[in-house]
Amino acid sequence: MEVLRVAIVDFGLGNLYSVQRACVHAGLQASITSDRREVSSAHAVLLPGVGAFGDAMSTLRRLDLVAPLREAAARGTPMLGICLGVQLLMSRSEEFGAHEGLDILKGTVQRFNGPREGDRHLKVPQIGWNGIFRAPGASRSDPWQGTPLEGQAEGEPMYFVHSYCVKPDESDVILSSTRYGQIEYCSGLRRGNLFAFQFHPERSGREGLKIYHAWARLVRSHSTGGAVS
Amino acid sequence: MNVRVIPRLDIKGPNLVKGIRFEGLRVLGKPHQFARHYYESGADELVYMDAVASLYGRNSLLEIVRRTADEIFIPLTVGGGLRSVDDIRSVLRAGADKVSLNTAAIARPELIREASRAFGSSTILVSIEAIRRPDGTYEAYTDFGRQATGIDALEWARRAVDLGAGEIAVTSIDRDGTGEGFDLVLTRSIADAVPVPVIAAGGAGSAEHVGQVVGEGHADAVCVASLLHYNTVRTLPLDVGEFAGEGNIESLRKGARFSKIEDLSLSDLKAWLVRRGIPCRPAPARAGGGP
Repeated sequence: MEVLRVAIVDFGLGNLYSVQRACVHAGLQASITSDRREVSSAHAVLLPGVGAFGDAMSTLRRLDLVAPLREAAARGTPMLGICLGVQLLMSRSEEFGAHEGLDILKGTVQRFNGPREGDRHLKVPQIGWNGIFRAPGASRSDPWQGTPLEGQAEGEPMYFVHSYCVKPDESDVILSSTRYGQIEYCSGLRRGNLFAFQFHPERSGREGLKIYHAWARLVRSHSTGGAVS
Repeated sequence: MNVRVIPRLDIKGPNLVKGIRFEGLRVLGKPHQFARHYYESGADELVYMDAVASLYGRNSLLEIVRRTADEIFIPLTVGGGLRSVDDIRSVLRAGADKVSLNTAAIARPELIREASRAFGSSTILVSIEAIRRPDGTYEAYTDFGRQATGIDALEWARRAVDLGAGEIAVTSIDRDGTGEGFDLVLTRSIADAVPVPVIAAGGAGSAEHVGQVVGEGHADAVCVASLLHYNTVRTLPLDVGEFAGEGNIESLRKGARFSKIEDLSLSDLKAWLVRRGIPCRPAPARAGGGP
């Protein structure tokens, strides 16, 4: 059986080792790379990241990674965006001025606007465990079936660290939503073989690892020609 | 918002230790065993603090961090003796998700800016360890509570956030290890003054104390050590022979305890919080087992 190679895209910020360890735990061979050829030839691409949107996009441009990432998405290569990685997939962000994103998913990135619980202001960034819920208005069949969220309980807590959240133009890409104070936002997205999560599955304990294992099954199924969707 | 409960493991050489007001450190066991136990019983994050690194300028944590990072998949913060961006990088490469800075950041505040630029603000936690002054203000201390700085803790918290700290941990040295409860005034003054999350530490002796520091102290997270360790020492299947000559673990296991510290497990603590209507991620129904 062919070894499946996952390219973890390294644009200089954040701890990618926990992402790599989680991939290994799920049986994937994952390399941390900023080489465009490695990204283009990988069976699957993982776009992680912490830090600022503008800096990350500048780095992706400097490393000449924008086109390979867009091409991989257009080809239907399995992709997984995590945290800042989700935000980079969008059209644009308002973080420290307007920035263009990868524009793989249509939508914007916005700062949490005054989250509060009762009369208590909530901190920004949000740091900690929060529940993920099926997007409202989902059809009768389970929208998490056949996705990395398969088998997760409604409201399962995952670990989040972020000040900004994504607002997709089309609601049909929303896979999960989460509430911070009075603000309900999109915490998981899906379009074809592309999945993206605002939380960190690799830091979300056993349930988080289950997401990596489920994603690894989708990657295997895709590269052996099986039906993914 | 879910309150985070974060076990703090003070480490000296290869061992987990705990003192009172940062002094009289006792050996309690091996850090990775406690880490694994807390991970399986629903810890929201873990903190490793090298209790001697700042004093003698050495850092023996890397091996323990590596071993832990292979076993646990929740955020791990590491601190103690980190002096430079290179030190921070080495700890992150070993598997830490965040670092905790105190002594080096007070000596050279620009380190906070450099580190948050290099690794992102969310990776940089500034730990403020404070002692109450007679006038009711608080002074920041360094070197594991041994060195007064003359710096006001509240002003330092604001400045650390301006420089790029993504979180602030506030420890009352007066209360640490005593089980007398958190310093609610200290915690609240800093929690209300900075926009980033504040982790309260030092003094937890009961579930009630944890409830107080969230309710009255406005803490976003709590760091606990003695409260959980003494219970864990008695319940973990440890090889006591391993610690021969390393202190008085025998007396701890036989049930010697501190009257001011409740006998409480992490899942008991979380169940108590849930009953009191304090939102937190519940402990798993069954500790251990699974994939």
